[in-house]
Amino acid sequence: MKPISHALSAGLALVLATGAAIAQENEVDNITAAYEEGGKYFTEDDVPTFNVKEDGTVDWYTFSGFRRYHAECHVCHGPDGEGSSYAPALKDSAIDMDYYDFVYVVVEGRKVVDAADNQVMPAFGLNKNVMCYLDDIYIYLKARGADAIPRGRPPSKDPKSDRFTEDENSCMG
Amino acid sequence: MKKIVACLLAGTMMSGAALANDSVMSLQSNPNDWVLQTGDYANTRYSKLSQINRDNVGDLQVAWSFSTGVLRGHEGGPLVVGDIMYVHTPFPNKVYALDLNADGRIIWKYEPKQDPDVIPVMCCDTVNRGPAYANGMIFLHQADTTVVALDAKTGAVKWSVVNGDPSKGETNTATVLPVKDKVLVGISGGEFGVQSHMTAYDMETGEQVWRAYSMGPDDQILFDPENTMELGKPVGADSSLKTWEGDQWKIGGGATWGWYSYDPELDLVYYGTGNPSTWNPAQRPGDNKWSMTIMARDPDDGMAKWVYQMTPHDEWDYDGVNEMILTDQEFDGEMRPLLTHFDRNGLGYTLDRETGELLVAEKFDPVVNWTTGVDMDPNSENYGRPEVVAQYSTEQNGEDVNSTGICPAALGTKDQQPAAYSPKTELFYVPTNHVCMDYEPFRVSYTAGQPYVGATLAMYPAPNSHGGMGNFIAWDNINGEIVWSLPEEFSVWSGALATAGDVVFYGTLEGYLKAVDATSGEELYRFKTPSGIIGNVMTYSHRGKQYVAVYSGIGGWAGIGLAAGLVNPNDGLGAVGGYAGLSSYTALGGQLTVFALPD
Repeated sequence: MKPISHALSAGLALVLATGAAIAQENEVDNITAAYEEGGKYFTEDDVPTFNVKEDGTVDWYTFSGFRRYHAECHVCHGPDGEGSSYAPALKDSAIDMDYYDFVYVVVEGRKVVDAADNQVMPAFGLNKNVMCYLDDIYIYLKARGADAIPRGRPPSKDPKSDRFTEDENSCMG
Repeated sequence: MKKIVACLLAGTMMSGAALANDSVMSLQSNPNDWVLQTGDYANTRYSKLSQINRDNVGDLQVAWSFSTGVLRGHEGGPLVVGDIMYVHTPFPNKVYALDLNADGRIIWKYEPKQDPDVIPVMCCDTVNRGPAYANGMIFLHQADTTVVALDAKTGAVKWSVVNGDPSKGETNTATVLPVKDKVLVGISGGEFGVQSHMTAYDMETGEQVWRAYSMGPDDQILFDPENTMELGKPVGADSSLKTWEGDQWKIGGGATWGWYSYDPELDLVYYGTGNPSTWNPAQRPGDNKWSMTIMARDPDDGMAKWVYQMTPHDEWDYDGVNEMILTDQEFDGEMRPLLTHFDRNGLGYTLDRETGELLVAEKFDPVVNWTTGVDMDPNSENYGRPEVVAQYSTEQNGEDVNSTGICPAALGTKDQQPAAYSPKTELFYVPTNHVCMDYEPFRVSYTAGQPYVGATLAMYPAPNSHGGMGNFIAWDNINGEIVWSLPEEFSVWSGALATAGDVVFYGTLEGYLKAVDATSGEELYRFKTPSGIIGNVMTYSHRGKQYVAVYSGIGGWAGIGLAAGLVNPNDGLGAVGGYAGLSSYTALGGQLTVFALPD
């Protein structure tokens, strides 16, 4: 849980920072990969992001996110992050929402229940199938939202890294 | 009302069991009423009304309409008993009693308080396939698994009982079946590792009478090793446990969220069980009995008389829950009590409903490719088993491998949207999906109350076909053949209605109510309702005039999977556009539309 609480406080700082920077030219780039660690890409602000080569090959995390999204999320949010008749398109949420807010909603859930809406996002904080792959799902959706990859299964991908396998084994238990 | 009270008293004083379903028996034979969601115990969805017929249906007009006040997917349909129509909604599961003598004025409204936390635990929207009527009561099985008996005249709650635990992923979308002195209810949760069951409650008190699990030890599944038969042979001891590894059966799925039928003469109830959990077949070696199974049970004590597992060791999520339609027809020169079932796996089955003998198993969509067919030789050791095509076996291809081009997709060649049967044409009218998939299973861990899926799917319209995602077909269950097939742009997710007027009705996801000729399939009428139709068409008669009614209200699995349209990943990188999204045709909104001929 440590990385997330760390991430959350960092998120607060980021919110303050972006608040001031809104509409300015040097807005925080939340998309472009600045560096890579063990097959995973990050922006210069250490936020996970995708990397798509010119031939369409995606990084392993984007591919992993595609798989996990279509197991855990698509039954409400529709295929390819496109949204459903009632649940929002998460490919847009991954762009519109700050990383740390995105993580917060997945962990804690969200409710909009009134006369017009019966929208309830469950809390996935205890679900290993989601939590162990949360960055992957976020990375995938951001790639979709940024139009870096088309709908459907990414045709080719980087190999699974040792770091990914280690993290997966320790997280899934 | 007097008649029913008298009947009730008599029922209470005498054995009760034989008499208490008289209300359903007599009302279902009166074509003016529509007392069960399925029209009748046999699930034929056939009406003897013929005022609206193939010659005049083109003149149909909207007679009146009613907004339900709820936005999400509206499955099921209204009931009519005498002068009252009962209209229900998805979560929060409101029920309205409307006065047919006063332009649908609301007599009473029932709105339960349910914890909204049940919403995300429901797979695929918050649909509910409606209440049923018996003995002066409306029986409703709510999303949170509360079963309530409402006074049909006042809406007052007569009893209420809780059937499951939503915090473990147990929810409900199905209707109920009032049989004799009991109300039978199922449960959802196949994607949450629920050990699912069918449960009978006492109709007058709500007390639980029996519960039959889909998998587990014999005393939990209510099987008699010597007298419960499969394909003519006793199932033997531990018939379920032997087909699972370790304790996986305890989170084994086999949900019972479909339709239930009843044969009063044989005194048997019929229903199907859903997929085994998880969707990753490598995590559950064995046949996973009795998931994917047609069950025939004694309604008094729940004991299974015969069973037939259609898809042993499911590898594609082909739930076996679709309706079992009971007909008496000539087969090989002999009148037989038949059961016809259109399974998600793409096979149309015809069985003898007394013995469970398998008579026909044929594809009801030619694109079905995961199997070459079912072994029909009683002397074969694989008798009754489908032959699986290795290329499309997600088990044989293994974990982390993407099996492509499997037909049908997980939603099946047909999902819950019920078919209709006309005894005049001896044809079944079947709403179908024409969708294929890629399926990649992978390791998944179980947490109570959290999704337990373990596969990634991509779905797309059946390749090399008409490009649409559905067909509406007429099926001959004796010869196992499609008689005619109407292509539809989207999956047909609306239950069909056949009538003695030689007309068949169904709705489409774009929102059309369509009427077609029962013999030729020729379209005779269409009207675009305010939202996509995933409800089931019904008909009734009031003051001598026939009406046809249907819910609009897009949602359900169709609203999720098709909202943004589908793309075929095999079209190659960069294929643009894909296929039309439902969201360019329709938006949310629950409404009842009632049709009639002009005066």
